[in-house]
Amino acid sequence: MASESNMVAVPSQNIPSGPPLTGGSPDKAEAIKDFLRAFLRHKSALIGSIIVLMFLLMAVIAPLITPYEYTERSQELLAPPSADHWFGTDEMGRDLFTRVVYGSRISLWVGFVAISGSIIIGSLLGLIAGFYGGWRDSLISRFFDILLAFPGILLAIAIVAMLGPGLNNALIAIAIINIPTFGRLMRSRVLSVKEEDYILAARAMGMKNSRILWKHILPNSWTPIMVQGTLGFATAVIEAAALGFLGLGAQPPEPEWGTMLSDARQYIQLAPWTMIFPGLAIMLTVLGFNLLGDGLRDLFDPRMKR
Amino acid sequence: MVKTEMLAYTIRRILMLIPVLIGMSIITFAIVHAIPGDPAKTIAGEKATPEQLQEIRESLGLDKPAYIQYFHYLGDLLRGDLGTSLITKVPISEEIGPFLAATAELTAASMLIAVFFGVNLGILSAWRQNSWWDYSAMLIALIGVSMPVFWLGLMEQWFFAQELGWFPSNGRIDARMEFEGITHFYVIDSLLRGDYAALSDVLMHLILPAAALGTIPMAIIARMTRSSMLEVMRSDYIRTARAKGLSEFWVIYKHTLKNACIPVLTVVGLQLGLLLGGAVLTETIFSWPGVGRYIYDAINSRNYPVIQSGILVLATIFVVINLIVDLLYAWIDPRIQYGKE
Amino acid sequence: MKRKAWILAFALVFALSSILVGCAGNNTAGSKAKTFIYGRGADSKALDPIQVTDGESIKVAEQIFETLVKYKKENTEVEPGLAESWETSKDGLVWTFKLRQGIKFHDGTPFNAEAVAYNFNRWMDKSHPEHKGGEFPYYGYMFGGYKGDKGHVIKSVTAVDEYTVKFELNFPQGPFLSNLAMPVFGIASPTAVKKDPVQFNQNPVGTGPFKFKNWKKNDSITLEKNKDYWQKGYPKLDRLIFKSIPDNSARFTALQSGDIDMMDGLNPDDVKLVESNKQLQLFKQAGMNVAYLALNTEKKPLDHPKVRQALNHAVNKEGIIKSFYADLAVPAVNPMPDIIWGYNKEIKDYEYDLDKAKQLLAEAGYPNGFEIEFYAMTEPRPYMPNGKKVAEYMAADFEKIGVKTKIVTYDWQTYLDRTGKGEHAMALFGWNGDNGDPDNFLYVLLDKDNTRTPDAGNIAFYKSDELHEVLIQAQRESDQSKRSELYMKAQEIIKKDAPWVPLVHATVPFAAKAGVRGFVPHPTGSLNLHEVDLK
Repeated sequence: MASESNMVAVPSQNIPSGPPLTGGSPDKAEAIKDFLRAFLRHKSALIGSIIVLMFLLMAVIAPLITPYEYTERSQELLAPPSADHWFGTDEMGRDLFTRVVYGSRISLWVGFVAISGSIIIGSLLGLIAGFYGGWRDSLISRFFDILLAFPGILLAIAIVAMLGPGLNNALIAIAIINIPTFGRLMRSRVLSVKEEDYILAARAMGMKNSRILWKHILPNSWTPIMVQGTLGFATAVIEAAALGFLGLGAQPPEPEWGTMLSDARQYIQLAPWTMIFPGLAIMLTVLGFNLLGDGLRDLFDPRMKR
Repeated sequence: MVKTEMLAYTIRRILMLIPVLIGMSIITFAIVHAIPGDPAKTIAGEKATPEQLQEIRESLGLDKPAYIQYFHYLGDLLRGDLGTSLITKVPISEEIGPFLAATAELTAASMLIAVFFGVNLGILSAWRQNSWWDYSAMLIALIGVSMPVFWLGLMEQWFFAQELGWFPSNGRIDARMEFEGITHFYVIDSLLRGDYAALSDVLMHLILPAAALGTIPMAIIARMTRSSMLEVMRSDYIRTARAKGLSEFWVIYKHTLKNACIPVLTVVGLQLGLLLGGAVLTETIFSWPGVGRYIYDAINSRNYPVIQSGILVLATIFVVINLIVDLLYAWIDPRIQYGKE
Repeated sequence: MKRKAWILAFALVFALSSILVGCAGNNTAGSKAKTFIYGRGADSKALDPIQVTDGESIKVAEQIFETLVKYKKENTEVEPGLAESWETSKDGLVWTFKLRQGIKFHDGTPFNAEAVAYNFNRWMDKSHPEHKGGEFPYYGYMFGGYKGDKGHVIKSVTAVDEYTVKFELNFPQGPFLSNLAMPVFGIASPTAVKKDPVQFNQNPVGTGPFKFKNWKKNDSITLEKNKDYWQKGYPKLDRLIFKSIPDNSARFTALQSGDIDMMDGLNPDDVKLVESNKQLQLFKQAGMNVAYLALNTEKKPLDHPKVRQALNHAVNKEGIIKSFYADLAVPAVNPMPDIIWGYNKEIKDYEYDLDKAKQLLAEAGYPNGFEIEFYAMTEPRPYMPNGKKVAEYMAADFEKIGVKTKIVTYDWQTYLDRTGKGEHAMALFGWNGDNGDPDNFLYVLLDKDNTRTPDAGNIAFYKSDELHEVLIQAQRESDQSKRSELYMKAQEIIKKDAPWVPLVHATVPFAAKAGVRGFVPHPTGSLNLHEVDLK
């Protein structure tokens, strides 16, 4: 739905909609070059990727850029931002900047693992449903319907209520609730690709199902899954933080952003900075992935809508 | 002819709901039965006496095989028996009414805010495409989409309730108001009594949580409205209207908004799930006595029947509203193909 | 299609405007009743006092119900309540109470000896037809079980005449009278209980200064003045509302903006904001409580006394008090606070000394420390506003002496269950005194009798025969100075064996609007609101 909001029109012929990019390398290199050119011209994709890379970098080099340990206590409790403590300190005198930086590790990790999990399971189910059809399709589609019948975060809460609080269980819950998004997407891709002439031809020539799947259908479904995966990453980061905020996610002293926010509630008046910075970090990460996802969607397929 | 098609479509959609509802009940059923160890002990706590444990096993039917238990559970649900709260010992179906009303009121208010601001923001940016109006409106929408609702709620509470003191920071109504729920929709209740002091108090209490909860849908609606407006504005029909000399403002309001309303309606339906889920967070922050907080408190006190039924009720409402939206959609625009899901 | 869209739009507008226009009705606002709103952290669970164990339920129930005897306003000495006088036989086995005359329950039925006997029989006898609506746990805790149990204290309760009631005991109980004064033993209207024993906890009927009006779940409970209250001139308030606002800082905001008149569960850090605000006032009460780290003496390596002593040396109590209590607490040396008689002032604390701690660990055979699980509660308790954080704070010091901890948290109920079963190695815990007797701390929390799982009170699983002898002797003794001596000795034994790291005795702060008059916080945490007035 954001396709129209972007300022640069991208010629759609850049995206091959026919057979996948498995041909000769010069074509491929050319296509990639085209894509990169378009990508750099596309503002939201560019800004989004800069933000995402920034957080990635922060996560990787966290020990290098933080002046303290994330559990290290100073004598200054709830100190406002200063030269020593850029984001101030929390109620235990821990440096908030350090904790926010380390928090990016947790959020990106949760987002990555949870969404990879949903993509793998969801795609697999979607493939089976779309490719084989019949009772498998009905069964799997109903399963997706049921999962989607629950408002997302509510289902996550229910799952964590079953499994018990903790970062890993939160991660599992987030992975589960995002399965149908990818499953449905994959299923619809498979259904549309299945009817293409070249697949029908391949079939007629006696190509094996597994080969058709690997050679034609999967590569052809990658782009929408990737786009959706990027957007799903944003959702997963918010969901992880929400569970942490409710005390169902990461447990202390892990510097998880949502958990930090729920601690900060106590000091809302005395030390608003304990609340502002972790929240800002969540919002920026999510914004980054949303921008990137929107951008990629426009670039790959301007017609595609969520 | 169209009528019968519509009827058939409606019936088919309702029938398709049945397996979904059954699946949902299996999931909520599983919440209790997936607890490792003896669920009765987990629920009652280790201090429970054997009689207490037996009572819980009986009330949850834990002494029978799982599939029989499930059919009992389903039977209870069909009779409207949602179980009994382990904490207050009151049947959940009796207790949940006011909570549901509170959540519904909050959700409705958020939706109103989201639709009002979202649609207008969308129109504004489409009308003045590529202007600063457009850019700022879309920036707001972009940030809104990425906003963690719990953080926004906290920030509002801090800034508008504490620093500025413009709005009350929590609850639904000033406890000093002599106010007893009739419908438990406080806006309606205060109107029924003609108690305008209460009404303004209730509205003041609604603003912050509703704004927090409504932000994401607002942003999505704004983006949706903008893109469908742009599409419509490019159509020949509008061009002709413009060429005929109708004033631009009039053109936009009368002709484009109407055409853009279908996609917006769809989005509104889809966003309800987001709102109902976000209600858990918003209600926790603003001490709003709704279903979300009811479930949240139940999780903390391991009040499993409440967790089960609370989630099931919210999910059922969500499913039913989605159905209604779909049907409305079909009714407004008969061109949609009834055959497709 | 266009037409349908318009119909839909009109329908919406119509629905909205009909809401906005509404119907005319009576304006109920405008009464000048004195309404007092008390903000607290959670809703009540039930209002039949005998069924409740949580503070939030008791707070409300004790406004509605009264006990035979009660604690004095500032301390835990016992004074007449519904009974105006009493006498006891020489052997301490028979207690006779003379009841006040002319008191009525809120439902208009008379309060008399029959009603008292009815309540006690309902509580003690599990086969009583109205022993229903929930469990009556406190009866069992305080009186050694129920009718038929071996340790059950009360043999019978009978009405001698209209206003005389007689208790016969199986054996004497030192703190018997103090126990009767606990708010959980509030006397309920037999008529109302019989009508519906299960629903009674939603519609409580007692003799207290306030009567129950309504309960908006998860939101507020409204009580109304009992106009026929036997203490003339009281209560001062016309309406009393208990409003639950779970988050401490949100509740404080509500107080600042005038939505509520008084609150408990003030964040220690917000105390300075109260003190600097002329619109507000602060009430403080040195709490009859203790927060401690229980060291499970049955788990290696905590079975070694030197390890436990080493941990005692590795806790910076002053630092904890500064960080989490905003100086509103005193370091704990003994398992009970010094406001209770029998406190041993001679005992000196293990000082905070990491080198000494390391040395003790080495002596115990752990020069490189060890790894261990550290249980912490997540819900704020009056003695421990932020368990998770305190655990994190202590863990950092433990790590410096080589003790690596893994902090484990559960919701409060699970926490109680797991620690009660002894699954933990070390666990943060605490205790609020019920009746001001040393027995209520030392015996309940540290005697070997209370290490029985699954609901051990002694979660250090500390089993000292030496201590047990002293404590039992003190229980059966009725002379307070002799008991006091025995408890002094008990504290020495405990200090030496170090089954705990006693942490702090927290001062409990309340914040109220400047216009609130007549509030005196009670050491047991009991709320006396009938004398409270608004200026």
